[in-house]
Amino acid sequence: MSVTHGTESTAGPVLGPVPPEATEATGSSGPDPAAMAAVIEAARAVLPPDSLIEDHIRLRTYECDGLAHYRVTPALVVLPETAEQVAAVVRACSEHGLPFVARGSGTGLSGGALPRADGVLIVTSKMRAIREVRAHDQRAVVEPGVINLDVTRAATPAGYYYAPDPSSQQICSIGGNLAENSGGAHCLKYGFTTNHVVGAQFVTPQGEIVELGGLAPDAPGYDLLGAVVGSEGTLGIATAVTVRLVRLPEDVRTLLAGFRSTDDAGAATSAIIGAGIVPAAIEMMDALAIEAAEAATHCDYPAGAGAVLVVEIDGARAEVEHELAEVERLCRENGAFEMRVATDPAERALIWKGRKSAFAAVGRISPDYIVQDGVIPRTALPEVLRAIAELSSSSGVRVANVFHAGDGNLHPLVLFDDAVEGAGEAAEKVSGAILDLCISHGGSITGEHGVGIDKAAYMPRMFSDDDLDTMQLVRCAFDPDGVANPGKVFPTPRLCGEVPGRRRGAHPLVEAGLAEAF
Amino acid sequence: MSAPALDVGAARTALAGACDDVAEAGPADAVDGVVTALVARPASTAEVAEVLRAAAVAGLTVVARGSGTKLTWGRPPERADLVVDLARMARVQDHAAGDLIVDVQAGTPLSAVQEEVASAGQRLALDDPLGGATVGGALATNLSGPRRVAFGTSRDLLIGVTLVRADGVVAKAGGRVVKNVAGYDLGKLIVGSFGTLGVVTEAVFRLHPLPAAHRLVTALFDRPEQAQRQVQGVLSGQVVPAAVEVEQPAEGPGRVSVLLEGIDAGVAGRADTARRLLGAGAEEGDLPAGWGAFPWTPGSGATALKATFALSGLARVLATARSATADAGVTLDLRGSGGAGVLYGALPADTHPVAVGSVVARLRAECTALGGATVVLDAPAEVKAVVDTWGPVPALELMRRVKEQFDPERRLAPGRFVGGI
Repeated sequence: MSVTHGTESTAGPVLGPVPPEATEATGSSGPDPAAMAAVIEAARAVLPPDSLIEDHIRLRTYECDGLAHYRVTPALVVLPETAEQVAAVVRACSEHGLPFVARGSGTGLSGGALPRADGVLIVTSKMRAIREVRAHDQRAVVEPGVINLDVTRAATPAGYYYAPDPSSQQICSIGGNLAENSGGAHCLKYGFTTNHVVGAQFVTPQGEIVELGGLAPDAPGYDLLGAVVGSEGTLGIATAVTVRLVRLPEDVRTLLAGFRSTDDAGAATSAIIGAGIVPAAIEMMDALAIEAAEAATHCDYPAGAGAVLVVEIDGARAEVEHELAEVERLCRENGAFEMRVATDPAERALIWKGRKSAFAAVGRISPDYIVQDGVIPRTALPEVLRAIAELSSSSGVRVANVFHAGDGNLHPLVLFDDAVEGAGEAAEKVSGAILDLCISHGGSITGEHGVGIDKAAYMPRMFSDDDLDTMQLVRCAFDPDGVANPGKVFPTPRLCGEVPGRRRGAHPLVEAGLAEAF
Repeated sequence: MSAPALDVGAARTALAGACDDVAEAGPADAVDGVVTALVARPASTAEVAEVLRAAAVAGLTVVARGSGTKLTWGRPPERADLVVDLARMARVQDHAAGDLIVDVQAGTPLSAVQEEVASAGQRLALDDPLGGATVGGALATNLSGPRRVAFGTSRDLLIGVTLVRADGVVAKAGGRVVKNVAGYDLGKLIVGSFGTLGVVTEAVFRLHPLPAAHRLVTALFDRPEQAQRQVQGVLSGQVVPAAVEVEQPAEGPGRVSVLLEGIDAGVAGRADTARRLLGAGAEEGDLPAGWGAFPWTPGSGATALKATFALSGLARVLATARSATADAGVTLDLRGSGGAGVLYGALPADTHPVAVGSVVARLRAECTALGGATVVLDAPAEVKAVVDTWGPVPALELMRRVKEQFDPERRLAPGRFVGGI
């Protein structure tokens, strides 16, 4: 769960200490002094003085990411500028058995970049060069601290853009996107970060620098890059990222449709998908979310709507016109009582403003709230929304629904006032019940925010011990000592057994002296 | 590493309790020339798990098999005691049309999946360029075809996977929803792993709507630079191609063909634009038979290559292929997704292995310089004996560590993959 106070700012008041179950995962006992002294010495040897932070007050600046509920002050913060510097610090951590956590812009909503009190926080904010925009290759090569939207800004003059667009795209970093496999409103049509990252220079938890993937597709060997994207910093740190650039569409049209109920809006969504249309985005907000957005942004959504859909269609002009007409017809047939199509970028921005501000806007109607990120098969939408409504009415906890309807990714906002005794607990209970609903409908506990420290405890509800054990085989291959962001993703670490790297047997040709390893 | 002689009788007894369909292997069951002892045909994931557990106890090496159309890809395994044949696991388990997903067993032919989902106006946007591929085989070899330009490859379409590890443990990753970031994406690791990490038994894919209309626009080219201009023109235009294929046959002019899919009116308009972009002489038509197929026939003894490169390197790759084959006095048919930076090549069966080696080396040098690679997918034994088929692989040490974790005893298709993995 992501608990937020009023706005999505990380500067809100501290809700409380890290819950007891999380202390082991955060290294709250502090670092081994001798080991930390050795790591600091190694870091000083490769970094300029102003790239090391040891002062306690300044360290506290980094105590949380976008999930401000959890706070841990790191023992050391480093701000490297090169892959070699990252590798040197990681190598020192590995040698001295201290954990490290990577952090980009710190906007993550699952505590994936929550520091370790006994370890080093490696911040990529000084690695902000866009090294190359290769329009003819449909690729860009960027450093991990580069802001998501800046990739698009750099590629737009050549007619291209970077498709994944998490709502924090004005501040979140590509390295963080890679770690979390970030999504966004438009991933319904264009996919997620994993579909758009094609190469990375990567520092392993043992401090080796390796190249994964590249400019060309289908690199021979295991798709290690595919395993790394979305591994939440538990397999190492990307120090350069090659991304796919997508041709800017010829036309984009955005439709706002008001419905009496979420059932009607859900039926319209199913009808659109059923008609073989793949819009760039289909977003839904319910009455409570609309009320909040209206209060915050005066986005002028249809009065009296129980739900609105924002449908965006992009592509070649003739298809866009045809599909827009179809979408309008299907919305009308499913009870849309008011529809508006943006005819210029300003109108389009206004429609999106209400949607994109929804999380923050909820702060206007509730002092505190929890953001969930569960996923369900889209066809289960009406049923799950009704179940959420029942949970809400039986518990008396208000829930505002804002979500990516096209791919079934729900963002229920569970509202509460922490000043009221027991309200936080009641909200957490509802929030957990919503995740259980998602799992019981064959869905996922997280569609785009990641597991982090927040949902690690929920992983066994979705995966068996064998599933989690098998995933951790990858962890053991990359990070046998468990120093890369330990305590995240997996509820319990796996003991990695024998030290890897030793190879058993050889290719017969090699053994026979006929050839080098093929 | 000399393997201890296998006691076939004992191995068969060990497997008998795991699966009711275990038979002694015949000559047709050999894996890329490596004689196998037994073939098991389990009918469920649970049975595959039983078989692999029994194989682990008996110390048997294992090669998974679908329809066997790509069993000779990669290097021959060092040993292959047991073939796990997935022919009895050929069921479409669930097609949730409203959710645009399909859940299938690994032995299901891609064509059967397409037939099933087409009934709801949908498709799995994964081509079958050799024909006859099963889901498991397509995943293991990372098979793809022309439509990868628009839809990507298996890694982009696979949303959930069930696999059985070498020790018989069943593991799932992903799920049945398109959007899901919970846990490591083991599906990515499995795609293209040539059966060396586990046996895939079930897979869930995202589907796409079938297009109402399609058109193919083709144009010929004489020089590599011309092909590159045509391809770049189409990619940077607003024609939203489903595929951009490039063919450079051993003799005669080359051809660029652009597949457009969508609604009637849209396709017609974009076909006009594509014709303009391709230049004088461009023609519109339907898909000819065999369009998008690899340039070789399985079992023909041809050497099959895959060359990958940054998109803007197309002309250089085409030119290198021409000059390398001329210098070696051999012929090479090149064909593939020029719009995605992937070309497949075929050298005839009678090409001397040394000549194959020199063509591969030249193409590899060019593709590596262009951020890609050249791999020999399939070749006769005498070619595999002297040619570095996989070529240099970055991060190989890390790959070995992954293999070591998943299959520490090296019993799954040992030696078939990169670096002798």
